[in-house]
Amino acid sequence: MDDLIREFLCETNESLATLDVELVRLETDTEDTSLIASIFRLMHTIKGTCGFLGLPRLEKVAHSGENVLGKFRDKELSITPAAVTLILKSIDRIRTILMVLEETGAEPEGDDTDLIAELDAAVAPAAQPIIETVAAEASPEILPGNPPENPPENAPENAEETGVPEAAELLAEIASEMAEAPDDAAVAAPQADELEPAKEPEHTVKNRAPKPESETKESAASASSIRVNVDIIENLMTLVSELVLTRNQLLQLQRGISGNEFKVPLQRLTHITGDLQDGITRMRMQPIGNAWAKLPRIVRDLAVETGKKINLVTKGAETELDRQVLEMIKDPLTHMVRNSADHGIEDPAARVAAGKPETGTITLSAYHESGHIFIRIDDDGRGLDTDRIRKKAIENGIATESELAGLSEQRILQLICRPGFSTAEKVTSVSGRGVGMDVVHTNIARIGGTVDMTSARGRGTSFTIKIPLTLAIVSALIVRTAGMRFAIPQINVLELVRLSERNGLKVETIKSAKVLRLRDQLLPLVSLRTLLGEQETAGTGTGQFIIVAQVGKNSFGIIVDRVFDTEEIVVKPVAPILRGTPFYAGNTILGDGSVIMILDPNGLAAAAGQNQIDDADRAAAAAQSAQPASEMHSLLLFRAGGPELKAVPLELVARIEDIEKTTIEQVSDRFVTQYRGHLMPLVPFDDDWPWKDKPKQTVLVFSDNGRDMGLAVNNVVDIIRGRLNVDLAGAKPGLIGSAIIGSKATDIVDIGPFLTRAFADWFEPTHDKTLHHCRNHALVIDDSSFFRNLLTPLLAASDWCVTAAADGAEAMEILENGQSFDLIVSDIDMPEIDGLELARKIRADARWKSVPMIALSSLDRDEDRKAGIAAGYNEYLGKSDHTQLPAKLLHTVERMVPKDRLGKTWRKAS
Amino acid sequence: MLDAASNAEAASKGRDDENFLSFVTFKVAEHFFGVPVERVQDILIPDTIAAVPGGPKEVRGLINLRGRIVTVVDLRVRLSLANAETGNPRGMCVTVEKDGEFYTLLVDRVGDVVTLPAGRREQNPPTLDPTWRNVIRGVFRRDDGLLAILDIDRLLDIRADAIAGVE
Repeated sequence: MDDLIREFLCETNESLATLDVELVRLETDTEDTSLIASIFRLMHTIKGTCGFLGLPRLEKVAHSGENVLGKFRDKELSITPAAVTLILKSIDRIRTILMVLEETGAEPEGDDTDLIAELDAAVAPAAQPIIETVAAEASPEILPGNPPENPPENAPENAEETGVPEAAELLAEIASEMAEAPDDAAVAAPQADELEPAKEPEHTVKNRAPKPESETKESAASASSIRVNVDIIENLMTLVSELVLTRNQLLQLQRGISGNEFKVPLQRLTHITGDLQDGITRMRMQPIGNAWAKLPRIVRDLAVETGKKINLVTKGAETELDRQVLEMIKDPLTHMVRNSADHGIEDPAARVAAGKPETGTITLSAYHESGHIFIRIDDDGRGLDTDRIRKKAIENGIATESELAGLSEQRILQLICRPGFSTAEKVTSVSGRGVGMDVVHTNIARIGGTVDMTSARGRGTSFTIKIPLTLAIVSALIVRTAGMRFAIPQINVLELVRLSERNGLKVETIKSAKVLRLRDQLLPLVSLRTLLGEQETAGTGTGQFIIVAQVGKNSFGIIVDRVFDTEEIVVKPVAPILRGTPFYAGNTILGDGSVIMILDPNGLAAAAGQNQIDDADRAAAAAQSAQPASEMHSLLLFRAGGPELKAVPLELVARIEDIEKTTIEQVSDRFVTQYRGHLMPLVPFDDDWPWKDKPKQTVLVFSDNGRDMGLAVNNVVDIIRGRLNVDLAGAKPGLIGSAIIGSKATDIVDIGPFLTRAFADWFEPTHDKTLHHCRNHALVIDDSSFFRNLLTPLLAASDWCVTAAADGAEAMEILENGQSFDLIVSDIDMPEIDGLELARKIRADARWKSVPMIALSSLDRDEDRKAGIAAGYNEYLGKSDHTQLPAKLLHTVERMVPKDRLGKTWRKAS
Repeated sequence: MLDAASNAEAASKGRDDENFLSFVTFKVAEHFFGVPVERVQDILIPDTIAAVPGGPKEVRGLINLRGRIVTVVDLRVRLSLANAETGNPRGMCVTVEKDGEFYTLLVDRVGDVVTLPAGRREQNPPTLDPTWRNVIRGVFRRDDGLLAILDIDRLLDIRADAIAGVE
C-alpha cells in the first residue's frame, strides 16, 4: 500500500477516535466553543487530506459533516443529540470506508447520497425543522415517522423488540450504514438490546464504536505501529551512544589482559550493544518518501504556473534513512526538484522543437549503496549551459575569464554551487527565492554529504546526492599528528598511503604547495600540522601517512604522522566556544577514555584552499604591488635553452606532447612532425641550443584556427597559479619580460616570434601580453579564442579588467546587459556582426557613444583603416606587426584613457 | 561544598539585608577569585587534557568528566595574567555549566568556600582593566586580599568577546 495512504489511515483513525470522544463531550457541554472549534478542525483536516489523496467518497462525507459542524460553530444550528448523532453517523461511515481502504488500498464502491442528503438537509435553510424532526423521532412523544431517506427494513422490528424507539432509530441508521460491512451490523444488533438510557442515544453510538466491531475497524496499521515522541527516541539514541562508549572502554581495558574470564560476557555485551544500536538506529529510520511526499504537488503547481508539462517519477521511496538526515535533506531536495522543474524542463513548444516529448520527466530515485544513501534527481530538460555559467560566473565576480579558461566542463558546472551564483535569468515566483545551489550544497555538506552533477546540453541534468545513513555513530579512522590524536570519519576516506623510500612515494613541493604523485595523478596535500598551527616537519615525509579524502568530486591528501585502527565513535557536537574552528565535525570519547577531536574533511579542504590563496597573495605581494584577486594566472613553467625558468600563460598552450625524435623531419630549414594527421612545424626555443638530443622531445603545442605549432623545450617544470607582474625592462626578443614567480625570477616567453617562424602568416592576426593590475573595464571582441587569450592578459597586465566576447553579437549582448566599459578593443573581420557594424551600433547608442574604441585587425590597408575610423573607431591598429603590437596597443590605450601610474611599464616596451 | 550550597540556599531565602552569598574561591596568579557556589558542578585535578589546535587561545583543551566532554578554559589566558602565553602547566579545575554545556576553569589552586554578606559586595573600581571589567561582578574586601567575583556567563562568552575586541 502507498505509504501516504498508510500514514493517512493511521492519522485519520486517531482523529476519528478523538472526534468520538469530543463529540460526546460536546453534547454535555454545548457552550464550549473551543471544543467545537477543535472538532471542526479535525473534520476539516480529514476532508482536506482525503481531497489531497483523491478519495472522493470520503471527502464528500467529510465535507457534509464539516458543513454541519460549521453551523454548530457559527451557532446557526443548535447542538442537539440528533445533530450529533448525525455527525457520528458520518464518522462511522468514514470509518467503514477506511476499513475497506486499508484492506484493498482503494475506496469501496458505494453510495453515500443518503447520508449526505441527511447532513445537507441539516444545514439547509430549512434545517431546523428537519433536525427537530430527527430529534423528535428520538423522543417517544412525537414520533412523526422515519426520515424519508432512511427507511431500513429492520428498524421497526428492533423498535418492537426493545421498545425503545430511539435505539431502534439508531440501529436503523447503523444497520443502513453497515450495509457495506455486514459483520458490523451483526455485532451492532445485539448491542441494541442493551440500550437502556433512551435519553442518550448518542452514547450508544459512541459506545458502539469502541466495542467489538471497533476492534475490527481499528486499522491494523495503527495497531501495529505506535507513535513515539521523537524526544524519547533521541534520548534512547543518546543512551545507546553512551553504552557504545562504555563497551569500547571495557574492550580497551581487557585488551591488555590475556585469557581472562571477562572475555565471554564482554563478547555478549558487544553483540547485544551492536544489536541494540542497530535497533535504535532503525527506529530512527524513516522512508525517504516522507521527505518527498509533497513534491508531486509542488511540481504540479509549478507546471500549471509555468505552462509546462512535467511528469514526476519517484523510485525507491521506501529507502530508509535516519530521521535527522531526512530532516536535513528535505529542503535541499525540494529546492533541487523545483530547480529542475523551473530551469531544467523547457516549455512544451521548446521541447517539441528540440524533438523531445512534450511532457518533461523528472525522475527522483533513492537507493542504498555501501553505507550511503544516494538520491538522484534526473531531468530530461535543456541541461546546464556551461557558457552561461561561465558568463554568469564572470559577471558575478565568482571567477575571471582566465581562471575559467583552465577549468574543465565538470568544474564549470560546479560553479553553480558557489555562493552568489544563480543561473535563473529571471526570478520566478517558483525558484527565485534568494537561495541557490550554494545553500543546497552547504546543507548537504553539513551532514557529510556531497552533491555531484552531470549535464548534457539539450538532454538533461542529473544531480546525485550522496549522504551517510546516520550521523550519530560513525566509523572513524584514528590518526596522530604532532603528538595529538584525531578521528577522521571513514566515510570521507578513500585510501591510505604510506610514504616510504621503497614505494617511491614522497611529498613534493610546488612553490609552497605540497603534492603527491599518486598513480599519474597529482594529489594536492594538506598538512594537518600546518593547518593546526604546528611546526612543520621538513623533507619528503618518509614514514608519514597520507589519508586520501574526498570532498565532492575532488580528492586531496591529508598528511598525518601515524594511523591507528578504526573505531566506532559517537559524534558529539563541539562546545559553542569552539564552533568558530572550521576543521572539526565534533568530538568524542574513545574507548580508552580520552577525548579526541573529529576532523571535518570539508572544513580542512576549505581551510587549505584558503591557505593556498593566502600563499598566492603573499607571493604576489612579495613580487610587487598587490593586485586584485581577479588576476590569477595559470603559468606553465619550463626550461629551454638554459637553466633559467621560463613561463608562458597556460591558456595559450593547447597541449604538451612528447614527440619521438625519429618522427621529427627536416623540410628545407624547418622541422616538422606528423601530428594529428597533419604536419606540425617545430621550432626550437633557441637555435643555438642543441635540441633533439634526447630520444623524446618535449613540445608545447600552440594552436589556433586549426593550425598547430610546436615549441621544443627541455622539460616542463610545472604549472602554477599566481599573480603575474611583468617587468618589461628585461625584454629581449622572444621574451615579454621577466617576473617573479614563486620567488624566482622567471622569463615570460613571448610566443609570437615562434609562431611567425612556424607560419609566417600566423600573425596576420596578432597578440601579446604583459601583466599588471586592474583599473578599468575593457571589452575585447575577437572571434579567435587565441587572440582573446592573448589580449586578455596583455590588457589585464596594464590594470584592466577584461571581458572577452567571441563576436559582435555577444559583445552587444554584454553591453545591453548593462555592463559599462571604459575601452572597447575589437577585431574587424568577424562572422555575423563584424567589427564595423559593431562600431556603428555602439556609436549609435547614447550610452556608449563616447567609449574609446580601438580596432585591431589583420586587414591593414589604408582603406580598411578609413572604413574603421568612419565606422566609429578612435584608433585602428594592424595585427600584422606582432613585435610592435603590444606596445602600440598599450600606448594607444594610454593616450586614449590616460592613467599616470601606468607610465613606466610600457614606455620601455615601445 | 554541599553545606555551603545549602547555606547559600538558606541565605537566599533570608531578607535582603541578611542575605549571604557563598562563593567557591580560587587563586590564579596571586589573584583571588570567586564564583557562586551554586554554579559549580565539580572540582577536579585534570589528568590528561586533549588539545584543540586551532581553537581559541583561552581553550586549553578538552577533558572527559565521567563520560562528558568538558571544555577547559585557562583562566590565566582568559584574564591575561602572568604566564598567559604558556598557560598554566598544572592546576585545578572548577567545573561550571553554561547553557547545558560543561566548562571547567583551570586555576592555580582552589581555596575555601566562603559565605559573605551580599551587602558587602563592592562595585568594580572604575580603573579596572577593561578585560576584567567585563567579567567581574564586584569585589569583596577580605583580610587576605581582594576577592573578585567572576561572571561565569561573560567569562565563557569567548567568541562574542573576541568579536567585540576586533571592532
